[in-house]
This record gives sequence, structure tokens and C-alpha cells, in this order.
Amino acid sequence: MVAVDVSREQVFKWLANVPDPEIPVLSILDLGIVRDVELGDRITVSLAPTYSGCPATEVIESSVLRELEQHGLDDVAIRRVLSPPWTTDWISEAGREKMRQYGIAPPAVNKPVACPQCESTNAERVSEFGSTACKAAYRCRDCLEPFEYFKCL
Amino acid sequence: MSNDKAVLAYTLRLADNTLILAQRMVELVAAEPELEEELANANFALDYIGQARMLYSYAGELEGKGRSEDDFAFMRDEHEFANLLLVEQPNGHFGDALIRQFLFDAFYVHQLEALARCSDARFREFAARAVKEVRYHLRHCSQWLVRLGDGTQFSHDRVQTSLDDAWRYTGEMFASDETDRAVQDCINGPDLEEIRPLWRRDVEEVISRATLSVPSDDWMASGGKQGRHSEYLGYLLAEMQYLQRSFPGASW
Repeated sequence: MVAVDVSREQVFKWLANVPDPEIPVLSILDLGIVRDVELGDRITVSLAPTYSGCPATEVIESSVLRELEQHGLDDVAIRRVLSPPWTTDWISEAGREKMRQYGIAPPAVNKPVACPQCESTNAERVSEFGSTACKAAYRCRDCLEPFEYFKCL
Repeated sequence: MSNDKAVLAYTLRLADNTLILAQRMVELVAAEPELEEELANANFALDYIGQARMLYSYAGELEGKGRSEDDFAFMRDEHEFANLLLVEQPNGHFGDALIRQFLFDAFYVHQLEALARCSDARFREFAARAVKEVRYHLRHCSQWLVRLGDGTQFSHDRVQTSLDDAWRYTGEMFASDETDRAVQDCINGPDLEEIRPLWRRDVEEVISRATLSVPSDDWMASGGKQGRHSEYLGYLLAEMQYLQRSFPGASW
């Protein structure tokens, strides 16, 4: 077996091209689910699933394999890491900004939910459940736009 | 019972609880009374299926005979399932399904919290992930229970009947058997005697906010954990397992 001639930094750069299938403006790095990349006889990418039943988990795993294969890495293993569990705290600052521009209010810790359109915090929750398990439906009382809020977990 | 065998049996109990409850909830997809509840129900079912998958994978590793998640879910017969009788009970009306999940989640949260402190690393990782989801489910169920119980006289009476009917299935949760004791001894697993008062406290608190009364502890049904089920599980499995039974090994 031939050791892979590639740096960890390079692999991370390629992984930045892999989108989250539910919120495609976010990469899996923005989302904070890439825990580690180990180089050895083969490359092992450690991924943390967001929710136990997240239907995106398998899509993400196959996207990672496909992306790395395009760069000539065809012996890649995926490891699922449960501990420490993924929480919304793992979403990067850049990821939060991209989410806001995309029209989803990022998870708000110890502060009120702000409308991604007009930044008003005068918003009301319409439904605790949105289009995916991780989001709730909100409405801004100032600009009157409905928006989705990525729940804290 | 050897320690490994007990941990395997316990893993299947946990997995079967979540899979069978999820299957009941999946039966309600597109039949919920409002859109928000439709999404909540489907999302919760998905959480339970995800949890079941992790547990079946672990069971396959523990057993070491090459059985996959699908083999455990679709190729076992009724008597091999070890879920609580509570979770296999039919959906009935909205209040019945709600009470079933409420009573189970109130127990499962404490079971997971105990597993998050046990000496088996895989259980610890699993429980740390799952407990966050189940706390959320329990909060949701509790809100609904208060809304129905403290709603109209009609909703109050109906949900009280749901609670009275489901109560007989709660005793089994705390009836320790050889497997429970072995898991408690060998991996410092959940102590059911410790969980019972915590469950009781949490359940009573919500029941009282919902202006409902706590049913009396009369006769309790049991047997699910040992594979002796009510007549309802067979029908559930017949539907759930149909495809793999008709086309063994089918995949997509």
C-alpha cells in the first residue's frame, strides 16, 4: 500500500467544497461536523452526525468520498464520531453569517432571535417545527417577513 | 447470564423500544391534526429511527455474527422483540398516542441519563447524543398534555381515559429482571429503583399541571421485555417487515 502524498490542510480545503445538503450555502466545515482528518495508509475523515436520525448523514458521507475521489484520493474511510456530541455551538462564525445571508436566523445563545432580513428582534415563533428537524418557523413583526430559525441544540 | 450477553440483550431492548415506537408514529404521518404537529411527529419518529439504527449496529458488533441493522429490524419474529408493551399499543386517537409517548419519554430520559454515566463507552456516547433529542420530545408532549387536560371538558375527559388506559403498561418499565440486574452490575447501568421515583415525580408534575388525576397503581401488564407481547405487535411487524420478508436482502 502506498502512503498518500497529500497534506491535512489540503484535505480540509477540499472538504470546504462539500455542502450541507439541507443548507447548501454552508459547507460541512462551516457546520462543524468534520472532527478530524487522519493521514496514513488511507485517509480517515471523522464526521459527527447532527441528529441521530438526520437523513443528510449518508448523503454527506458519500459527498465527502466523491469530492476526495475527484482529487485522486480513492482510499478514504469515514468514521462516525458521537462524542462529544455535535451541538449548534460547533457552527463556525463564518457559517452563522452565511446562514443569515441565506435567510435563516442562526442559533441565538442567550440573546433574542433576530430577523435575518431586517435584524429586528421583534419576532414571534409561529411553529416550533420547521421544514427540517433543526429549524423552527418565525415571523418578523417589523418587516413582516416569515423566516426560519436554526434551533439551539 | 454472562456480561456480554446481558449487554447485547439490553441493547436490543433499547433499540426495539425506539424502533417500535417510531413505527407507530410513522403510521400517523399525514394523519396529524395540524401541520406543526405533522412535522413534529415525523421529526420525532426520525430521531427514534436514528437511535434504533445506532443501537442495532452496536448489537451486531456485540453479537459478532454479522447481523446488520436491517437483519435485526426486519428478520426477527415477534417473540424476539424485547420492547416495552407500552410502545407497541395502537395509536387510537391523538390523546392516546400522546400519552403513550409522554409516559415512555419520561422514563427514557432518565434511562439515557443513567446510561450517559455507565462504564460502557458506546452506551455513554449514544446516550449523550440521544438524551438531548428525547428531552425535546418530552417537553413537546408535556405542553400538549397540559393543553388537552386543561382544555375543554371534552378534551380533559378523553385524555384522562387515555392516561387511565395506558397506566397499566408503566409497571413493566421498573420491573427489574436478570438482564436489568446484570447490566446494572457489570457496566454500572441504570438502577430502575432509582429511576422510578424520578419518573413518578416528573409525570405527576405534568399531570397535575394538566388538571388530570394520577391513575391508581392496580394490575400492571408485563412481558414485553421478555418477548411476550400483546396481540398488536404481530400486526405491526407484519406491515413493517413485509418488504424484507417478501424480497429477502432487497436494498436500495
